[in-house]
Amino acid sequence: MTAAQVNVTAPILEVEKLRVHYLTRFGTRVQAVDDVSFQLREGEILGIAGESGCGKTTLVSGCMGLFIPPLYHSSGDVRILGQSIVGMSREQIRRDVLGRQIAMIPQGALNSLNPTRRIKDLATDMIVSHDDRAGKREIYERLRERFERIGLDAKRVLNAFPVELPAGTKQRVVIGISTLLNPKLVVADEPTSALDVSTQKSVIRLLFDLMDRGIISSMLFITHELPLLRHVSSSIAVMYAGEFVEYGSTEQVIFDGQQPYTRALMGSMLSAEPGQRGKKPVAIEGAPPDLKNVIVGCRFAERCPSVRPDCSQKQQQLRTVQLRQVRCQYA
Amino acid sequence: MTLKFEARDVSRVFGHGKKAKLAVDRVSFEIKDREIVSLVGQSGCGKTVLSKLLLRIDAPSSGELCFNGQPMARIADPRQHFRKVQAVFQDPFSAFNQFFTIRSQLESCFHLFEPKPSKAEIAERVDAALLNVNIKPREIDGKFPFELSGGQMQRMLLARIFIIRPEVLIADEPTSMVDACSRASILDYLMKLKTELSMTIVFVTHDVGLACYVSDTIFIMHQGQIVERGSPERVTGAPQSPITRQLLDDIPDVHRDWLERDVHRSAPAS
Repeated sequence: MTAAQVNVTAPILEVEKLRVHYLTRFGTRVQAVDDVSFQLREGEILGIAGESGCGKTTLVSGCMGLFIPPLYHSSGDVRILGQSIVGMSREQIRRDVLGRQIAMIPQGALNSLNPTRRIKDLATDMIVSHDDRAGKREIYERLRERFERIGLDAKRVLNAFPVELPAGTKQRVVIGISTLLNPKLVVADEPTSALDVSTQKSVIRLLFDLMDRGIISSMLFITHELPLLRHVSSSIAVMYAGEFVEYGSTEQVIFDGQQPYTRALMGSMLSAEPGQRGKKPVAIEGAPPDLKNVIVGCRFAERCPSVRPDCSQKQQQLRTVQLRQVRCQYA
Repeated sequence: MTLKFEARDVSRVFGHGKKAKLAVDRVSFEIKDREIVSLVGQSGCGKTVLSKLLLRIDAPSSGELCFNGQPMARIADPRQHFRKVQAVFQDPFSAFNQFFTIRSQLESCFHLFEPKPSKAEIAERVDAALLNVNIKPREIDGKFPFELSGGQMQRMLLARIFIIRPEVLIADEPTSMVDACSRASILDYLMKLKTELSMTIVFVTHDVGLACYVSDTIFIMHQGQIVERGSPERVTGAPQSPITRQLLDDIPDVHRDWLERDVHRSAPAS
């Protein structure tokens, strides 16, 4: 897939000024995602990076239309293949959107397989819930073919219980099951954070393989590891306290970050190159702001190394700086 | 320099007969006083089993393991050993009891001390330990483990180490559950434990990059054996074993082609 082809097709996922909040039972409102807009086209992989608690996973729930209390939609729109999913009922989303158009690889993928059932039963559920006419034999053949295609020993894996499989295989099974219906978009929420470095690499290869074969056509990849995104994504959005603070192509964000937070995030990464020992990664001190309170001004101001007096007074807007969007008035 | 740990042909076998699995396979090594040693390997290579042997939670099937020159099998009271060797684990949430406040659990560390200090002294020492990990003592008063973030909980585990002040700390993947930005600060606390409290640290991880940053010696493990050992410069600069090379290759580094594949890049987002 080349860049020229990519740009003419309609966006698969379109998020427009999405705002999402949590409402606690004491009536406290937490604005977890604030004013997020992006588009995902065919063949594109968008990486979303940020600290824990910055709203990455909440944004994913929002993109999939899963507003399950205490999570509520405040404003903005999410369109999948041009169709808005914000107003849809949960039943309709589950039947028509999930699995067919968007599939999710959950964060705790290793714990998301029911330990009391065999892999083939779990996978069969996935097909039956979207196509109740399929026969048992036919489903099994379909599963076997797909599992073999993603490089698993299909016969053994399908008859196994989740505990019998090593972590890397389990992650492959989860990916295999979520992509059974050839979804357009795969949302991978930290798919590799529980795996060791070698397994991580093979899982990423599998995801690319699925894209090359046209089984999936775009990905939303969520992680806190910026170096990983360098190899995975075509564009990166850096998230902080519920907002996008920088959104641009991978090279721009990784090697030439303009927002101070992006740079701080890069500075806290480690590298194993020989001769890098002693080159100290710098931790970002302090904690992100509490989103229970209404925040005036730049949300990163408190921890920013290059903060200026008026940073915490003026509301920051995303603006275009050197071909990418940056939320910082001095970038 | 004195030796903290000395292992001679230590093995740990699980199961027996045909199904026997060698988790640690005739491993011999020495860990010197005030040294940071990293055990690096893929999941399932036996690094956690080996660290459990050092903690005396588990005993070797064969071979001899000495701590401070004394065979560990002969230590009658495990508490004596726990007083000197402590651990920090991967998942801080499962390491703390959900039903008690963090403070009361930190105070319970003092059960290891004979005689137990007075209440006022305990409170004072807990406060001091919290300050050591950059947490204001009042911030966690009356709080339960689930009210804190993963990074904060990991620091609570380290606060425990600052209270107990063991001779040896065994850190089993302390950074794998925290995000990349807190990782650097956790490593800083480990360095602080070494320099300020002259602790010996065994750091268990799957990431050679992290190991490289903190340690004096790296042991690369594979299938229960130590396949390579040496200084970080040597191990990362001139790896001898194919396993080491593999581990180095698998780290996603920004400056190197990692997937050996042409990642299709599209136009900028805006």
